[in-house]
Amino acid sequence: MRSFIIKRLLLLIPIFFGVSVLCFLILYFIPGVPAKIIAGEGATKEDIENIRVVFGLDKPLYVQYLRFLRGIFTGELRSIKSGESILKEIAPRYVGTIQLAFSSIIISSTLGILLGVLAAVYKNSWIDNLAMAFALIGASTPVFWLGLLLILVFAVYLKVLPSGGREGFKSIILPALTLGLPSSAIVARLTRASMLDALSQDYIRTALAYGIPKRKVIFKYALKNALIPVVTVIGLQFGFLLSGAVLTESVFGWPGVGRYIVDAVFSRDYVVIEVGILITAMTFVLVNTSVDLLYAVLDPRLRKG
Amino acid sequence: MGSVTTIMDENKNEKLERYSTLRVVLRRMKRNKGGIAGLIVVLIYFVIAVIGLWIVPYHPDEPDFESALMPPNPKHPFGTDLFGRDVLSRVIAGARTSFTISIFAVALTVFIGLVIGTIAGYVGGWVDEVLMRFLDIFMAFPEILLAIAIVAILGPGKINIVIAIAVFSFPSFARITRASVISVKSNDYVEAAKAIGESDMSIMLRYILPNALSPVVVQATLRMGTAILTISSLGFLGLGVKAPEAEWGTELAMARSYLESAPWLSIFPGIAIVLVVLGFNFLGDALNDALNPRLKDR
Repeated sequence: MRSFIIKRLLLLIPIFFGVSVLCFLILYFIPGVPAKIIAGEGATKEDIENIRVVFGLDKPLYVQYLRFLRGIFTGELRSIKSGESILKEIAPRYVGTIQLAFSSIIISSTLGILLGVLAAVYKNSWIDNLAMAFALIGASTPVFWLGLLLILVFAVYLKVLPSGGREGFKSIILPALTLGLPSSAIVARLTRASMLDALSQDYIRTALAYGIPKRKVIFKYALKNALIPVVTVIGLQFGFLLSGAVLTESVFGWPGVGRYIVDAVFSRDYVVIEVGILITAMTFVLVNTSVDLLYAVLDPRLRKG
Repeated sequence: MGSVTTIMDENKNEKLERYSTLRVVLRRMKRNKGGIAGLIVVLIYFVIAVIGLWIVPYHPDEPDFESALMPPNPKHPFGTDLFGRDVLSRVIAGARTSFTISIFAVALTVFIGLVIGTIAGYVGGWVDEVLMRFLDIFMAFPEILLAIAIVAILGPGKINIVIAIAVFSFPSFARITRASVISVKSNDYVEAAKAIGESDMSIMLRYILPNALSPVVVQATLRMGTAILTISSLGFLGLGVKAPEAEWGTELAMARSYLESAPWLSIFPGIAIVLVVLGFNFLGDALNDALNPRLKDR
């Protein structure tokens, strides 16, 4: 168990290194001279030279990379467009994205597990068919379109919820549903499969043969074991949620990291793109690693591996 | 999935005919209603993408300001947009856009994935280790973000979207191929090929790859759906194909501003996306069942 944890944590080092190098290189993959891009159109030769020195673009590549890393944590790295410290700009948006992601996880896991268990217990009934139809359609629906439909129904026709912005509890309901529903479809499918697997085990048959009430067998014995892989998938959904958040934030005008990055693409603010993507990817990696570790704790069979 | 007896019956029948994997797969597919439905949707999508521009009722790109923002009516069954363009024609034209991009994107993905996966799985050792860590780095990025980064670097446009999709999709392909190659590698016929002195290249191409392909075929089908979703997502964010070319996601981005006055704009392109993606998902699941090695080897 301990060696597994250490191995998994050590793996973070090369991934962090690779991810940060890749993000840093974004500026260098762009055709054209970076300084010229930063200076924008109509810049004179002196302007460009000035920017090369200010951004340290005249230094060797590895020095620039180290400055880039240091710049993120010290907040020295500034947005090309606003001139503000990126760290300062991104912090409140990061909170916004995490809020959105967590609200959607609550929706996707509650609804997903509920539907999955119902579908498995009433296998091949209309409940099962309905739940699985929902799951298939949910997995094929673009997040942003679902967002538009929800706005159409709840904001335009019923006028019960706001169509965007971030004011109060009501404003997070539609974005969280938009992001949570497709993800609950995936959780439902997996819960059903995992639950069916658990229900077919010998210990379930034995428990039922002992005359333990079916309800208790389902919830206390089967569900407990069926949920182990489900927990992992819910954790891994976090990456999907971070991707979906980019779109959801754009649909609802939700102030988050995703929208910050997309806006930066339009204003060609490459430093913001680099840092935004780096921070999101690091979050994703950390969550995945935590899920792996959690899985090892939950499933004793893995501890030796 | 059939019961044990039907599988045995089927295998008895198979012996009578000349053995053909394709025939076996097709027969299994026929029994899967979802798979058939998926196949039909995918075929219709394919046909519309190819001949769409000849069957559109109106020119999809030409504005007609006199009939702007008309709700669905007999002349324009899906209504018209801000520029008076027929929405039905734009949905049909959008099929071609997403089809062209997704087919090239998946082809590129499969190619890169197969090369990396086969080398990693066959050679093994430190080569495998290095390639896998390389993939880990790409898999550390949430998919759409990697696509956005690449489009931000290269600029919008069809070819760049193809590259963007391939870059975030190839790691999972490479992993699946690798796993499949490793399981095929231990077969006796590979040992035999080695024993008679076949070169590594020939073993990889002639013996291992053909036998390791079925999970790749399933993934490629499912990935078509993901690619179509990504194309429309990039389009919705304004990073898709250039105007005035019709693309479903771009149409929906425009529709966002007219949710109250012209809700029909946000309905039809979305339905098109869901139907096609659903089609590929059904087809992929059915192929998965049909190619499932547990069934195939009885």
